[in-house]
Amino acid sequence: MNDNVWLYILVMALVTYVIRALPLTLIRRPIKNRFLRSFLFYVPYVTLAVMTFPDILHATNSVWSGLLALIAGVALAWSGQSLLTVSVACCATVLISEFFL
Amino acid sequence: MDRAEENGFLRGCRDGVPIMLGYFAVAFTLGIAARNAGITALQAGVASLLNMASAGEYAGFKVIEERAGLIQVALMTLVANARYLLMSCALSQKLREETPMRHRLALGMTVTDEIFGLCIGVDGPLNPRYGYGIFTVSAFGWTLGTMLGVVVGNILPARLVSALSVGLFGMFLAAIVPKARQDRVVLVLILLAMGCSWLASVMEPLASLSSGMRVIILTVALSAAAAALFPVKEEQDER
Repeated sequence: MNDNVWLYILVMALVTYVIRALPLTLIRRPIKNRFLRSFLFYVPYVTLAVMTFPDILHATNSVWSGLLALIAGVALAWSGQSLLTVSVACCATVLISEFFL
Repeated sequence: MDRAEENGFLRGCRDGVPIMLGYFAVAFTLGIAARNAGITALQAGVASLLNMASAGEYAGFKVIEERAGLIQVALMTLVANARYLLMSCALSQKLREETPMRHRLALGMTVTDEIFGLCIGVDGPLNPRYGYGIFTVSAFGWTLGTMLGVVVGNILPARLVSALSVGLFGMFLAAIVPKARQDRVVLVLILLAMGCSWLASVMEPLASLSSGMRVIILTVALSAAAAALFPVKEEQDER
């Protein structure tokens, strides 16, 4: 079975790489079309927002600690804190709040 | 952030540290899933290094566990990772036009949710070395975490796993919230996206789709609507 598993892993890696590399290599010029440019400008914000909520509520042992982490993260990011600060503060919020929940 | 070319890699390494920590925790749980699928630590480590995708790998491991066909593993990987196609398109606009092919091919390896979030957030054009720096550090955490998850299974305290697992979301927030503060359209869009995401996760028929598929559908629909209603002005363009 071992050889078989390597084959699966190879297929996974190939598919993933093609998805990732194709646009980067094919699109070599700035896109002129205003709609497309605007679309691509908004994509990262929507994607990351969709992936954050509601998933953050289910990532921890309690919905409430996840919610507190979300609030802390938004507040700190809003006030311009660095990536590491925001990230560590979210983890700390969960760790501390779960002692009480 | 400054644009100095020479320290792009080192700056990437530094900014990659929170990603590495977050990846380590998530990869650890992924390793447990791999172990359940009968995958060895070495195989899981190689899969993680080459894929760097939590949802995609999880989906793949499930297919391997059932020993279903190679076509199915290809399709599952495609669906779970299709959002990277959009991210790669967006990232292509962040590179200087003259960026050589070898950098484009190499940068393709680094498109994950978190690394993309950092790369798209830099001021001005992206120096690929910044992406390589983040990748080097975070791939270490991701791969090592997966392998350890396979080997030692459940010994990490649940409390710690729980806390570490929000680190990734903290990074997402740090990537999107500062822009929301400057740009009201982005602010409303983010709130709307989170609201729709919640609705889609509880309401049929969207709720029965994979989470990767939901991300794609919502991203395309909401970004297209925003682009049609509020096209960005020239000076808002990141280039």
